[in-house]
Amino acid sequence: MTPLPTSGLGVDLDVAAYALRLGDDALVLGQRLAEWAARSPQIEEDVALLNLALDQLGAARSLLTHAGRLLGPDADGHVRTEDDLAFLRDEPDWTNALLVELDGGDFGRTMARQLLVSAYQVPLYAALGSSADEGIAGVAGKAVKEVAYSLDHARSWVVRLGDGTDESHRRVQTGLDEVWPYAFELFERDPLVDRLLERGVAADPAAIEQQWQATVQEVLAEATLTVPETTWRPTGGRRGAHTTGFGYLLAELQHLHRSHPGARW
Amino acid sequence: MAPVQTQSTDELERAFQDAVDADGRIEPRDWMPEGYRRTLVRQIAQHAHSEIIGMQPEGNWITRAPSLRRKCILVAKVQDEAGHGLYLYSAAETLGVDREELLDLLHTGRQKYSTIFNYPTTSWADVAAIGWLVDGAAIMNQVPLTRCSYGPYARAMVRVCKEESFHQRQGFEAMSVLAQGTPAQRRMAQDALDRWWWPSLMMFGPSDTDSPNSARSMAWGIKRFSNDELRQRFVDATVPQAEHLGLTVPDPDLRFDEATGHYAFGEIDWTEFATVMRGDGPCNRERLAHRVGAHEDGAWVREAAAAYAAKQAGRGAREAA
Amino acid sequence: MSDYTAAGGHGAVPTTGVPSDERGARRSQPLWEVFVRSRRGLSHTHVGSLHAPDAHMALRNARDLYTRRQEGVSIWVVAAADVVASSPDEKDAFFDPAGDKPYRHPTFYDVPEGLTHL
Repeated sequence: MTPLPTSGLGVDLDVAAYALRLGDDALVLGQRLAEWAARSPQIEEDVALLNLALDQLGAARSLLTHAGRLLGPDADGHVRTEDDLAFLRDEPDWTNALLVELDGGDFGRTMARQLLVSAYQVPLYAALGSSADEGIAGVAGKAVKEVAYSLDHARSWVVRLGDGTDESHRRVQTGLDEVWPYAFELFERDPLVDRLLERGVAADPAAIEQQWQATVQEVLAEATLTVPETTWRPTGGRRGAHTTGFGYLLAELQHLHRSHPGARW
Repeated sequence: MAPVQTQSTDELERAFQDAVDADGRIEPRDWMPEGYRRTLVRQIAQHAHSEIIGMQPEGNWITRAPSLRRKCILVAKVQDEAGHGLYLYSAAETLGVDREELLDLLHTGRQKYSTIFNYPTTSWADVAAIGWLVDGAAIMNQVPLTRCSYGPYARAMVRVCKEESFHQRQGFEAMSVLAQGTPAQRRMAQDALDRWWWPSLMMFGPSDTDSPNSARSMAWGIKRFSNDELRQRFVDATVPQAEHLGLTVPDPDLRFDEATGHYAFGEIDWTEFATVMRGDGPCNRERLAHRVGAHEDGAWVREAAAAYAAKQAGRGAREAA
Repeated sequence: MSDYTAAGGHGAVPTTGVPSDERGARRSQPLWEVFVRSRRGLSHTHVGSLHAPDAHMALRNARDLYTRRQEGVSIWVVAAADVVASSPDEKDAFFDPAGDKPYRHPTFYDVPEGLTHL
């Protein structure tokens, strides 16, 4: 690769970090969804879940590529690619929210998590469509339709499981109870978000949370599910402090790539 | 309306055979010999089972794919296999069977699927080899089926073949990157070819002389070419590709025969084929157990969906009343 | 050795000693026929069928299964049980009578050479 000058060329560490958060969320959720291949409740659902996975992975690739450019060249003059960022970062450098890295559990829990994430991604990408950062706006403009479909899918299933049989109601409620506390990390503000809000790059977490609440409450009511009552708010993903299970996810994701340093695939 | 006249079975059979001989298409509600119907159900069902079980050996590598591009390609491909299974079950159902019943026959081991999926995928190169060799062999089999005498099967195969063309190509591309890669990658590629070559040749089935039912399937327009013809076609197409990759086909007897214009190849180990078909291949038990497990684990979800649909229908009826 | 054939697409499968079907009661979720409009200006065309618990899921399954490669701009799903079809037994009575009315087709008529817009 041609060495690039080490400064200039649109390096923007704040926007890079924000794009990485978005990209990490998408990649890790895509990885979790893809784990359903050949083991979903019916063959039609294999097709559907892999569609959701492909949408997340597609957005992740664009966001990581964008982040790599904004990070600027490393000490050797190398601009990090999507694969460098996906396969060569260690756990503390990953800034996805904890919610997306949680084990999918059974289909009830997977759909409960999907509902919470999609109900967040829809207003998020809608807002980011007019981000001052063109790269992020471009990805968001395309992804907003995809996540709308994901939300529709999650909603369809949460309603059917919640208002289905006693067993399905119990299972999806359990899954919801387990993932619910992790949702609130999605709406946290920190100095990075503050700076990017000022620049018109980031989406306003408070506005998104409001829309998220409206969507989620409506779906849970239709599904005859109970909104979990807990004040526990696990957090840490945005600063690289992850759950135990995340190390295993990364091990699986990265081992082959790392076993052959410098190889092309 | 009552049928205008009743034809004897002989007349019906003659009309059916005439239609097939004239390269016509038989459609679901047409009269057809019971043997034709049963042959088709069995064949289409086992074809569908092969697609569904075939998701496992490659699906196994999705979470470990070495680049994001390869991961997306693999997810799309495994998803296509689920889709192809569904197209095929849908074609089988036009013959009056129920998918759930066919799945039972698969889950209880009474219907089979292709032996090729009973081999393990132990390295990334196996994903490449499956695309290149296994899908390559599948295309040889499937393209003629687009002209099968049974309309719904032929139409499903048109759709499948259109989608499948990318499968083989991505496999060859992945293999070629490995073959030009690091020494470890090249070793991986050669090892995968060594392990998948012979099972791929077995995919075409035993020699025609040992396949008495083939003749009947040909007369019915279900099968267009013999097992040996298709296998030869595959070898002729694939050997030059292996040479292009700089890989060695694991067959000391392989040579190009100037006289026939075809590659001559060594003896296939049919004992191994029979062993794997019987259920004693390296992964038979694992594949089936995985499939049955997914189906059983998902039962509560399917029941929930049915219960919800029934409740909704009840609500609709009450509102209408 | 029992008989195997490669015609099973993805590889040889046995053709003897394997039950074809058992004709039990239907236990699958309802079957839906799927029609896709491939682009604006064209009719919806039958593309196949699928299973779904209800119409809502049928439409979504159809989208996922039959339009993965942008094959459509609009989808219909119809419960297979609601399709009323003509019977092949009635084929002659239904369709043959139209066969002897060539005057319905423009090619039936002579047009003097050289004339256009007719």
